Amino acid sequence: MSILTKPWLDDGKAFDQAPGDGGASLKTTRLGLFVFIGVATALFSLFATAYYMRMMLGGWQVLVEPWILWPNTAVLLIGSILMHWATRLGRRGDMVRARRMFMAGGVAGILFLLGQIMAWQQLIALGAYARVNPANAFFYLITGLHGLHLLGGLVAWGRGLRKSASGAAADKVTASMELCGTYWHFMLLVWLGLFLLLLVT
Amino acid sequence: MTDETAKDYDAEMHEPTHFFTKYIWSQDHKVIAVQYSITAMAIGLVALVLSWLMRLQLGFPGVFDFIDQEAYYQYVTMHGMIMVIYLLTAFFLGGFGNYLIPLMVGARDMVFPYLNMLSYWVYLLAVLVLVASFFVTGGPTGAGWTLYPPQSILPGTPGYDGGIILMLVSLIIFIVAFTMGGLNYVTTILQARARGMTLMRMPLSVWGIFVATFMGLLAFPALFVSGVMLLLDRVIGTSFFMPEIVSLGEPLAYGGGSPLLFQHLFWFFGHPEVYIVALPAFGIVSDLLSVHARKAIFGYRMMVWALLAIGVLSFIVWAHHMYVSGMDPAFGYFFAVTTLIIAVPTAIKVYNWTLTLWKADIHLTIPMMFAIAFILTFVFGGLTGLFLGNVVVDVPLSDTYFVVAHFHMVMGVAPILVVFGAIYHWYPKITGRMLHEGMGKVHFWVTFLGTYAIYFPMHYLGFVGVPRRYYDYEDIEFIPDSVADLNMAITIAALVVGAAQLMFIYNLVWSLIWGKKADSNPWKANSLEWQTPDTPPKHGNWGVEMPTVYRWAYDFSVPGAAEDYMPQNMPPQPFEAHRAAHPEEGPEEDKPGEDKPEEGGT
Repeated sequence: MSILTKPWLDDGKAFDQAPGDGGASLKTTRLGLFVFIGVATALFSLFATAYYMRMMLGGWQVLVEPWILWPNTAVLLIGSILMHWATRLGRRGDMVRARRMFMAGGVAGILFLLGQIMAWQQLIALGAYARVNPANAFFYLITGLHGLHLLGGLVAWGRGLRKSASGAAADKVTASMELCGTYWHFMLLVWLGLFLLLLVT
Repeated sequence: MTDETAKDYDAEMHEPTHFFTKYIWSQDHKVIAVQYSITAMAIGLVALVLSWLMRLQLGFPGVFDFIDQEAYYQYVTMHGMIMVIYLLTAFFLGGFGNYLIPLMVGARDMVFPYLNMLSYWVYLLAVLVLVASFFVTGGPTGAGWTLYPPQSILPGTPGYDGGIILMLVSLIIFIVAFTMGGLNYVTTILQARARGMTLMRMPLSVWGIFVATFMGLLAFPALFVSGVMLLLDRVIGTSFFMPEIVSLGEPLAYGGGSPLLFQHLFWFFGHPEVYIVALPAFGIVSDLLSVHARKAIFGYRMMVWALLAIGVLSFIVWAHHMYVSGMDPAFGYFFAVTTLIIAVPTAIKVYNWTLTLWKADIHLTIPMMFAIAFILTFVFGGLTGLFLGNVVVDVPLSDTYFVVAHFHMVMGVAPILVVFGAIYHWYPKITGRMLHEGMGKVHFWVTFLGTYAIYFPMHYLGFVGVPRRYYDYEDIEFIPDSVADLNMAITIAALVVGAAQLMFIYNLVWSLIWGKKADSNPWKANSLEWQTPDTPPKHGNWGVEMPTVYRWAYDFSVPGAAEDYMPQNMPPQPFEAHRAAHPEEGPEEDKPGEDKPEEGGT
């Protein structure tokens, strides 16, 4: 780009670049979701950085991961696949089956959360309290925040379910499914990253 | 317009009619902006009074019994925290961001109005939690606004009981509120611009708010992380940041944590925060200068890139706040270099503002006076930043009043001058009335000269070596008696400047009722917010027909134009088409591009 170009002058493309079709369309909401995913990524990366830096300091004992984290991971993965499937069925117009998959995907999210609570209980039963060992404290903190984020996703899922039950147009319902699906994939990725961090340290 | 489009418009807008939904639980960005601004101003008044109390102790030590050491540290802490987060951040992004973004880019509202409303109410909750900390046992925290552990969460620091807990909770709530607002600002700017409003035609105010919001969305998570971890250290006794420590003769259960880890996280937020406050001010002041100097902003494209460059660079300079915490000299070198590099895009902006004024038709309106005062103050505060950015100079100066003078000039006074200028500029659009000019002039001169009377001498205090954060300076050998006199003078100036702000608030209320009626575009500005069919703009902003944008916001004093300004929605004029067809007749700069003949516009 030459220093002499003046992008504010009209080159005839201005109306294509800014067509003025704002409002809360799927495109807009999708962008909003991606910006939020960016914020959440910054948050979890900072936690991972803090975890890594704290690990090298005193009083750190290696955390023994509760076995239930493995089935939990599988459940979250299944939830993600179900959501993806729901969107694909919705796009094809098979709303009955799409809704069934969508519902199952959300239930998988709930099961994952219950599983995480059981993981906490297993740790507490072992006497692995937060104040004893910073590794424990990080575990509760990071899984807790990940759970809270998923809980927020479940609220959006509940609204999507209500929308589909109230007989909204198929494309609107599919849009909800797609957005929930994106968020589920993101939650899965975050969890895989965190789980990997826990396993290798 | 046909009847059908009008009907569609009414149905789509469903403007709330009930008082409650119109002004309290409102989803209209203009109402939310005013709510944000009033709340920020109210809590800002608290911070103003705290600064008075602080100065009373420093100017007249021992005269006021109720200001003991604990109270003094609480005033210092809460003053800093409120001013940086709850006033400046909230005012620029929640207040101006909310009001200006949809109007300037030509949208009907934010893209997620419900989330926007929620953002305000959660912000209000954060403010209320903060205020509550004044009323709990032990009072608010006195840990300093940086809340460094270990002292911030140990007994002996004022506000150990409830104050620090409420402070951290309030910050966490604030971050949630900011994130909800920020998602809206970014998405609205990217998705809801009017037809023809390309990114490179947006007014610089929008650019400043846009970049600052992006930075906030990436930086506030660092404050969130450090806040949550500090809260856990305080409440359930984890050791994220707490080392092995003996407090009041007793070894505590903490061990192994690192206070430096907190400092890194805090300043990874804290430095971008400076620019989260400064960039909207940069953007807004560019528009004020251009409008009131009747001249295009100099180097628009460079201004945009400088904003982006500052935004990126500000994420890799944070450790210059930690030179005195001790660090590897190589790290110190790295951060000193990045800090000094930031001076380049910042200097570009300062030169461009100055060149905008050069040979311009300067109207010394009140917004213009504030804008010029901003340039002076910002350059002044910025230059002392060059001193402090160097490790060797910073180490002896870091704990003195030189730093207090520096950061108040550069990120306290300078942005607040822009806030004032912007209020005088946009008040006619928001309320339909002009602010009283006489009171405005008094407000300007007292604030501008007064802040110099306060902060200029502080540089000397710093050179003499007067330490900051001290409650009093009695019996300290190396501090000469003249310091006490200077402190007294500063205190008197601070009281006067504070009083001028009370008059400003009186002016805001007085002009709402008795102010001169404003027409829809009193400054003859180009940007879209001045082209609304109603003043103040109604719900939906634009009436039935959305604006179409044909040009940037800086077509002032264009040779050949009928008037000295051409609004962004003014279709291409015959003289422009003529000049485009005969480029040999006019200078290169005045050559407009080819425009499709489009209907709509004014």
